[in-house]
Amino acid sequence: MSFKDTFINGEQGLFKSESLTPMQKLILRFVVVGIIYYGFAVIEGMIMRIYQIEPIAAIPDFQYFAILTAHPLVGIFGSTYLIVFGAFLFLVPFLMKKPLWSIKLGNWTFLLITFGTLTFWLAGFISHYAPLYTLYWPLPADFSQFSPLGGTFFILGIALVMLGSVFFVINIFKTIAYTPEGMEKQPAGALLADAVGYSGLRNLFLKKKKQKEHLVALPVAAIARGTIDVALNAGIILFTGVLILVYLVGHLIGFDLKETAIDALLYKNWFWWGLDLIADGLVLIFVAGTWYLLAMMITGKKLFMQNIARAALLVELIVSWTVWSHHLLSDQAQPGFLKIVSGELVTAFELITQGLAFYIVLATLWSARPLKMTNPLKFLLGGLLGFALAVPAGIMQADIGLNRILHNTQWIIGPHVHVAILVGLTMTLYSAIYILFPIITNGAKLYSQKLANFHFWAHLVGGIGMGAFMGMAGLEGMLRRTIYLNGEFNLYMILAGICGGLLLLAFLAFFYNIVMSVGLNGVIGIFTPSKLDTKDLVPAEKQ
Amino acid sequence: MVDSQLVLNGQTIAYTCYAIAIILVMAWFGYKITRSGKSSKLSHGLFYTFVGFLVVLGVSLHIVTYNTIPWAPMDINRADIKPDKVFDITVENHQFILPSEKLLIKVGEKALFDVTSNDLTYGFGVFRSDNSMIFQMQVVPGHRNDILWQFNKPGVYTIRSTEYSGPKGAQMILKDVVEVTAN
Repeated sequence: MSFKDTFINGEQGLFKSESLTPMQKLILRFVVVGIIYYGFAVIEGMIMRIYQIEPIAAIPDFQYFAILTAHPLVGIFGSTYLIVFGAFLFLVPFLMKKPLWSIKLGNWTFLLITFGTLTFWLAGFISHYAPLYTLYWPLPADFSQFSPLGGTFFILGIALVMLGSVFFVINIFKTIAYTPEGMEKQPAGALLADAVGYSGLRNLFLKKKKQKEHLVALPVAAIARGTIDVALNAGIILFTGVLILVYLVGHLIGFDLKETAIDALLYKNWFWWGLDLIADGLVLIFVAGTWYLLAMMITGKKLFMQNIARAALLVELIVSWTVWSHHLLSDQAQPGFLKIVSGELVTAFELITQGLAFYIVLATLWSARPLKMTNPLKFLLGGLLGFALAVPAGIMQADIGLNRILHNTQWIIGPHVHVAILVGLTMTLYSAIYILFPIITNGAKLYSQKLANFHFWAHLVGGIGMGAFMGMAGLEGMLRRTIYLNGEFNLYMILAGICGGLLLLAFLAFFYNIVMSVGLNGVIGIFTPSKLDTKDLVPAEKQ
Repeated sequence: MVDSQLVLNGQTIAYTCYAIAIILVMAWFGYKITRSGKSSKLSHGLFYTFVGFLVVLGVSLHIVTYNTIPWAPMDINRADIKPDKVFDITVENHQFILPSEKLLIKVGEKALFDVTSNDLTYGFGVFRSDNSMIFQMQVVPGHRNDILWQFNKPGVYTIRSTEYSGPKGAQMILKDVVEVTAN
């Protein structure tokens, strides 16, 4: 096939969008838009990398901080939430062997997150509303620096994303519990109890004969437990959003409310409790669940120490509700017992829960030797390495002594956050995309393995390298969330910039590879209504 | 008191060694799983040993740092320690307002920095002339933000906000305002 033919019709013309079921189209929309938003985040990241070497004259500082505000939100909500929610809306019915409870609600989730992200991104871009994702009170309501109208649209965008997340939560739990038409009545309560971990917990106190068999597969249990954190997080962020909106709208209509009515430290505790349900909750639980699923799919074997893995997921869920105080170790008014118990000791549990998941996945892979180094396997190993690097970095900073000299430095955002997200999380997602690609596209073929190899190495080296150089700068005192005007840390920032460039090239290689695999017609076809009237996940002939 | 730079050097060495080791382990693992091996099963004993190792590591990190980093116990017990000097500092409209033009401290003195914010959440950090950090804390409005510190080297240090407080706060820097002199 000529280049033009491949670009229009995809590799060997194998991808036929008209053969896709409504479910396949839905999932592909989630993934395609999630990848595009990842591109947004990478480009924003590169702008900021250049800015850290030398401030760009065309971008004033207030616009830089608007980019800094939008960047993590687009990355997490616009990209990760869309890709993860899309994948799980497919995997839960796939593993439960029944259709998704509501494709319509799935579509609403997709639309709300897509347009919610676009709304807050545009609000930040146009109005430069920039209180960062942390929204430390009373900064979101500081009208001497930010436009209240811009802020209103920004918060509305976030609220739309949260509403989409709530719809996702409903769809996941309904799908686990409901009985589809024509199927034997399913025990809804027992299925939910098993999914969230109640039956497993109960088994611990029962004699072996009385213990109940698990009704849902381990990956579904992981998805269900992570989804609990999605629900709680959506509640916290929605509530906080409404609180900020009251101040914004009040100012717009001429009533300036007293900012001191809200206690800044209490607010910080409340908000970090909610935010940590993402960073230390659903991300870690979803990642562990995805690792387990990938390990089982790659090896075709049962998971090593399956029951321990299931229990660890429940421990992780409970840990995620109690670790938020490690973000407040430098807040002197924070009670000491919260710093020690929540900030240090409970946080250290994450070393154990993630370490368990890491070991279990490696042991499962080991048991299936020899394995072929496929794209899903190599990206899975990259994802495991990412968390193996990032979690200990996080545990170190969650220490009262070390936090005093690490908090808000580039160490936090480099070796911990970016290595966890870019290497750990994103490579795990790439592994899932590569393994699900032929299933969801009804057998489309990847355009170029060489590009996939380049994608892997450039992303791995770029991600680890960028995190490492940011970390080195952080250890020498470079702060995050600020601008250095005199090239104080230029050597590290140039090296981090080169690694950031590798990440950008990796993304472009991946994007080009996917577009050439499905073709331009295929990409457009994903967004047209399916001609198949079925709730099946894949066409009947492919089942 | 041990200099914070020494602690950072220790951390740099420890984490670098760990990072290199885990990268090599994963590279070795990636190579080995593509080859046939004698035994493919891992014992449960090894698994539980690994779990035990993680537990010991997680708990011992904080015990070790508490007993080796002197500012950690001093920070937790600062209410019971009488400072040699107290500096009341106010932050408002993205400006630090110091009690005097220079904050003069002698090596070995316990200096208490008591920082009050009248509007936003800020940070309070003291930095060496090479931009490396000595310490920092958050400055939250409506609450007491105090930190006790013992300087062990003479020098001139800079105060800088370590928390984002909007674009106006990006350059909240007071250069060379802390002077620590030998006894």
